[in-house]
Amino acid sequence: MSDTAADPRLLRAPPKKGIRLSWADERLRAIVWQILVLGVVFGIIGWLVSNTQHNLEVRRIATGFGFLSREAGLPVAESLIPYSPTDTYSRALLVGVLNTLKIAVVGVILATIIGTLIGIARLSKNWLLSRIAAVYVEVVRDLPLLLQLLFWYAILQGLPGPRQALHPMEGVFLSNRGLKLPWIQWQDAHSFALLGFVLGIVITVLYARAAKARQMADGQPRRVWPAALGLILGLPVLIWAGLGAPWTGDIPALRGFNFQGGVTVTPEYFALLVGLVMYTAAFIAEIVRAGILAVAKGQWEAAEALGLQRGLIMRKIVLPQALRVIVPPMTSQYLNLTKNSSLAVAIGYQDIVSISNTTLNQTGQAIEGIAIIMAVYLTISLSISLFMNWYNSRIALVER
Amino acid sequence: MKPMRLATLRALGAAVMVGTMSLPALAQQQPAPPAAPASATFDAIKARGTLSCGVNTGLAGFAQPDSQGRWQGFDVEYCRALAVALFNDASKVRYVPTTAQNRFTALQSGEIDVLPRNTTATLSRDTSLGLDFPAVNFYDGQGFMVKASLGVKSAKELDGATVCVQPGTTTEQNLTDWARANNVKFTPVIIERLEELVSAYVAGRCDAYTTDVSGLAATRSAQPKPEDHVILPEVISKEPLALGVRHGDQRWADLVRWTHNLLLAAEEFGITTANVDKAVADDQRPEVQRIVGKTGGLGAMLGVDNLWAVRVIKATGNYGEIFERHLKPLGIQRGPNAQWTNGGLQYSFPFR
Repeated sequence: MSDTAADPRLLRAPPKKGIRLSWADERLRAIVWQILVLGVVFGIIGWLVSNTQHNLEVRRIATGFGFLSREAGLPVAESLIPYSPTDTYSRALLVGVLNTLKIAVVGVILATIIGTLIGIARLSKNWLLSRIAAVYVEVVRDLPLLLQLLFWYAILQGLPGPRQALHPMEGVFLSNRGLKLPWIQWQDAHSFALLGFVLGIVITVLYARAAKARQMADGQPRRVWPAALGLILGLPVLIWAGLGAPWTGDIPALRGFNFQGGVTVTPEYFALLVGLVMYTAAFIAEIVRAGILAVAKGQWEAAEALGLQRGLIMRKIVLPQALRVIVPPMTSQYLNLTKNSSLAVAIGYQDIVSISNTTLNQTGQAIEGIAIIMAVYLTISLSISLFMNWYNSRIALVER
Repeated sequence: MKPMRLATLRALGAAVMVGTMSLPALAQQQPAPPAAPASATFDAIKARGTLSCGVNTGLAGFAQPDSQGRWQGFDVEYCRALAVALFNDASKVRYVPTTAQNRFTALQSGEIDVLPRNTTATLSRDTSLGLDFPAVNFYDGQGFMVKASLGVKSAKELDGATVCVQPGTTTEQNLTDWARANNVKFTPVIIERLEELVSAYVAGRCDAYTTDVSGLAATRSAQPKPEDHVILPEVISKEPLALGVRHGDQRWADLVRWTHNLLLAAEEFGITTANVDKAVADDQRPEVQRIVGKTGGLGAMLGVDNLWAVRVIKATGNYGEIFERHLKPLGIQRGPNAQWTNGGLQYSFPFR
C-alpha cells in the first residue's frame, strides 16, 4: 500500500463534477467559447437573411417558391419524361434533375470501367500499352475540362449534316444532329418483359448467395451462370413471347429537316459524356494504379506459388485488397464527375443548372433558383457518399 | 425604416456637396434650380466619378469592342451620352459586359447603373424583377435566320427543324408560343454564350437561328459570306428594346428617359453634331432654345446643368446620326424606329 501512496499521480484529487464560476475552470471556458462562436455564426446568418429580405423588399423583387406552379414556357431539347413548354416550372426542373442524373450515372459507370482498364494497362509489362496509358493520363488530366468539352462538341459539330449523314448500317445514322438508333415501339409486353428481367436479376442474386452458402458448407463450387443466363435472359424472352412477341421497329428516317423516329443520342449529351468520362477516367486510372501498387509484392508471389494464373491473381487476390485503398478517393472522383456535369451549360446540355438558370432569369428569383441547384447537388452528392461509405465499410479489412 | 432614413441622409449630404461644388457654374446661367428629389443612383455615380453601363458581351452594331478595345455601337452611344450629360466626358464610363442571364442581377445588385443591352421591356420584368424601363431605344421583333441552301422561304416551313436559341430570353418563350400557335414542332438547341450558339448554327447543328431581327442582321453581317444566310420575312413578336434602371429611383430614370428624348428631339428639329453650335447661336424656334438650354432651365430640373443637351449632341449626334453610324452598315432599316413624323414609333416628349 505504501508504494501506491507514494505515486504522486494518485495523490491528486479527482476532478470535481460541478462547474466553478471562474475563468480558470476549463469546462466553463469551453462552454463560454462555444456559446460565443455559435452566437457569432447565428448572428451572421441572421444578419444575412434579414439584410437580403430587406433589400429584396426595397427593390420590390418578388420572393417565394410560388413560381414553381406557373407555366414554364421554356423549351427543353431532351427529356426522360414527357415534357412540353406548357408544363410547370417544377416539371421543367424535374426534367433537369433527371438529365443531371442521366449524365452522372452513366458517366460514373463508364469512367470506372475505362479508368480501371487504363490503370491496369499502365502497370502492364507491355511497354507500348503502359506508355500509351501513361501519355493518356498525363495529357487528359492536365487540360481544363471545359476546354475538353468544347473540343468534343466542336468535333461532333464537324460531322456531316443530316442529309449527308454517315450510314454504317440499316437504321443507324451519324450526323451533326447526333446518333440516331432504331428502337422498338414500346408496348405492354415490353414492360412486362422488363419486369421479368429485373425479377431474373433478383432471383439470380439470391440463387448465387445460396450457392455460395452451400459451397461454404461442403466445399463444392457450384455453377451459377447457366441458371443466371436462363433467369436474366430466358425469363423476359419467355414473357415477351408468351404475350405474342410484338415487334414493330421504330426505324429513324430522314423526313424534312431531321430524322424522325428511333432514339437519339444528342451531340450535347455525347460531348458531355465523352468529356467527363475521359477526364475522370484519367484520375481513376491513377487511383487504381496506386491501389494495385499498394498490395504487397508477396501477395503476387504467394499466389503464383499456388499456381494461379495472372488474371485470376488480379481478380481474386490483388483487386479485393486494392479496393480498400481505391474506394475512398474514388468517392471523391464520383462527386467531382457529378458536379463537373454542371459545365453542361457551356455546350447546351440542359441539366439542372441550365434549367434553373433559365428559370431564375425568367422569374427573376435568383435566390430560390440557386437554392434549388444547391439542394439538388447536395442530395445527389450525399447519396453517392452514403453509398460509397457503405460499400467501403463492406470491403474494409475484417479484423478477426 | 431606419436604413431608408440613413440612405436619405447620405444622399442629402452628397447632394449638398455636389451642389456647392457646381454652384459657381450654375450661378452664371440660371437662377437657383428647383431642388430635385434625392437619388441614390445619381449620387453614387457622381461620387464614383464614372457611369457603370451594362452592355452586350459582343453584338455587332449594338455593343462590341473595336480593334483598339474601345466599345462601339448603338447601345454604347447611350452610355456615352449619359456620361457626357453627367461629367462632360464620354470616356467616364465603365462598360460591364452582361450576358442574357446575368444582366438583371447586375442591375438589381447595383453593379451597373443603367442597362442599354437589347433588353425587351415586359410586364413581369417591370414588376417582379424590380426594374423600370424609362425609354425604348429600339423597336424590334423576333425573326428567324436560315442557311440560303436550305431553300426555306417562310418560318411556317420550319416544322421539324432544329432551332438554335439563347436561354433566359424572351426569345425562348416567344419561340415556344409561336410554335404552339402555328402547330410547328421544333427541337431546341439552347446555349448561353452567343459565340457558341452562333457557331453551332453556322456548323449546321441547327437549321435555324432565332433572335431579334436586329441581332440576326448583326450576326449575318459578321459572317464571311452574309449572302449564304437568309432572314425569313416573319416577325413573330414585339420586342421593345429598352434602357433598364432600378425601380424606385425616379430622378435617375428621368435623366435616362430624357436623354433618349433629347436624341430623338434633336433629330426631329434637325440638330446634329455639326450644326449644334449654330443652333445655339441662331435658332429662334422656342423648343430648340429650350433644348439647347438658352431658356427654360430644363437641364437643372433633371439634376444636370442646362448645357447638357449641347454636350450630348456634340458627343454622340442625334438619334438618326447614331442609327446611321452603327446600324445602317448592318443593313438594318429605320422601319418602326423612324421618327413619328415619318410614320415610325420614335416620338420625343415635348421639351417644356
